[in-house]
Amino acid sequence: MKTFEYERATSVRSALTSLGTPGTKPLAGGTNLVDLLKLGVERPDLLVDINRLDFGGIEPTDDGGLLIGAGVRNSDLAADLLVRTRFPLLAKALLSAASGQLRNMASTGGNLLQRTRCTYFMDTTKPCNKRDPGSGCPAIPGASRELGILGVSNDCIATHPGDMAVALTALGAIIHVDTLDGPTSFEIGEFYRLPGADPTRDTNLPAGALITAVEIPGLPFGAVSTYRKARDRASYAFGLVTVAAALDVEDGIVRDVRIALGGVSHKPWRASIAEESLRGKLVTARSFEAAADAELAAATPTEQNAFKVALAKRMLVGTLHELAGGHE
Amino acid sequence: MEHAVDVLPTTDESAATASAGPPTTRVTLDVNGSEHPLDIDNRMSLLDALREKLALTGSKKGCDHGQCGACTVLIDGRRANSCLTLAVSAEGSAITTVEGLADDEGLHPVQQAFLDRDAYQCGYCTPGQICSAIGMLREARAGWPSHATHDVALDGVVLDDDEVRERMSGNLCRCGAYVNIVPAVLDAAEGSAMRDAADSHAAHAPDVPDASVTRGTTAPDTTAATR
Ligand SMILES: Cc1cc2nc3c(=O)[nH]c(=O)nc-3n(C[C@H](O)[C@H](O)[C@H](O)COP(=O)(O)OP(=O)(O)OC[C@H]3O[C@@H](n4cnc5c(N)ncnc54)[C@H](O)[C@@H]3O)c2cc1C
Ligand code: FES
Ligand code: FES
Repeated sequence: MKTFEYERATSVRSALTSLGTPGTKPLAGGTNLVDLLKLGVERPDLLVDINRLDFGGIEPTDDGGLLIGAGVRNSDLAADLLVRTRFPLLAKALLSAASGQLRNMASTGGNLLQRTRCTYFMDTTKPCNKRDPGSGCPAIPGASRELGILGVSNDCIATHPGDMAVALTALGAIIHVDTLDGPTSFEIGEFYRLPGADPTRDTNLPAGALITAVEIPGLPFGAVSTYRKARDRASYAFGLVTVAAALDVEDGIVRDVRIALGGVSHKPWRASIAEESLRGKLVTARSFEAAADAELAAATPTEQNAFKVALAKRMLVGTLHELAGGHE
Repeated sequence: MEHAVDVLPTTDESAATASAGPPTTRVTLDVNGSEHPLDIDNRMSLLDALREKLALTGSKKGCDHGQCGACTVLIDGRRANSCLTLAVSAEGSAITTVEGLADDEGLHPVQQAFLDRDAYQCGYCTPGQICSAIGMLREARAGWPSHATHDVALDGVVLDDDEVRERMSGNLCRCGAYVNIVPAVLDAAEGSAMRDAADSHAAHAPDVPDASVTRGTTAPDTTAATR
């Protein structure tokens, strides 16, 4: 492992000042960063430990939403009764992720910025455009089973591997950020990027910035929501395809719906096409299937991950049926 | 027993700073109730610090990447993977390892339950399993749901085989002793619901009500082990 200096931040301001020097990284739970340090994928000169900073807890907002401090641990967020009752899809996404130990360590901010689990990215003996720009993408002709089918590019088919961000994408969360030039924020769909010709950047987070909080806008039907995860073993595994959804049905008609897919793209994938196709439609298997087909029409899978298209459709349709239960 | 250097491979970059040595930080680690002032290479994991600097070799290194749970310790009463924790960042926290669980009155109830149920074969995963189970039982008493919980919006936790398997899935056992680990953890859950003994050992345990953990009727074991 490359050597690095270590300092404990005493304030957000002092952390931002340190982060102004290139080669500096914030350390939160460390469950991704320390792993990548060991693998030589991340090679910072200085780590700024932000674990003792107070970014706030979990606060209800006036519009029925929640404001979540960046330092809130995944386990505490999943256990929070406001989260569990207002946004069960978020609690379920968190509980489906990693292990009890890792959730105790993982922070809200760090979770959003966890890097892809693409095996080529994590293996410094292999080329990878994300880690080593211009070196090529061996995943496209190679081991692509776990990788992306939507929004991929000729340079990168990596996926965002996380669960929490998929639920937050369905909920249209706002990512609050602080920089030396002052605070700013991103709608989560604008926060994450597609790889395009520059896969090195996962997000539009400015260099040296800190995530300070995540805000979930109120969603009256947030309680009618869930998260499904298909994976290679029953627990403690990353998702192959995941679905976060909330559904509002009245008199057998879809009034409103929120859907995001995980494990399919470089960013958590807001299924806007499916959402649009469902609004105002009768709650039937046919409209659910048509919505899924419409969303997945743009999929460009590899031979190894073509199964994800069918899997995503079945998961999406199954999740909608579950949420519509009783209204069909 | 200071082996800091031979557990960390020397790289080109560290050779460049070799004259000064790799960057270190002076920290005091609070382990099992005693304070240990140490000069720590910034790169050192808490696991390596416990094993190589403090000769506390109960915590095991299975994968060193957060994938097996053998290194599980309690940090401020919460279970955590010590392999992904930098030792320098653990200053100011109370760390409890498997060596710190027993006291003058005997073994920790979870340790005793593992013995009574023969919940291991080679024993390599056992310290991590035991620390994890202690943390997990606290989480359950605090009413935390799990992926196996049917309705996350409801309060209260009923521990049954499925719940224990899910909540303990961060601890792999290559010997496949799960069939005995699950009943051991359920035994300890029953005990800890009646008395607070499970918490009397580690400082900073979260303040949680005791009554919310009930043992569910143990269904026939049809679930696949979480490997
Ligand atoms: C074995 C294993 C299994 C896993 N399984 C899953 C799974 O199934 N689902 C899932 O979703 N995740 C899974 N994870 C990933 C885990 O959820 C993430 O590693 C964790 O959420 C990252 O949070 P952290 O606080 O530990 O981040 P760190 O590792 O500390 O940081 C991650 C990145 O974010 C940066 N950072 C941290 N905080 C901030 C901030 N406030 N502002 C700006 N930058 C910041 C760091 O510099 C670093 O680049 C797994 C991890 C492991 C090791
Ligand atoms: S050694 Fe830490 S999880 Fe395997
Ligand atoms: S008893 Fe051998 S690994 Fe669990």
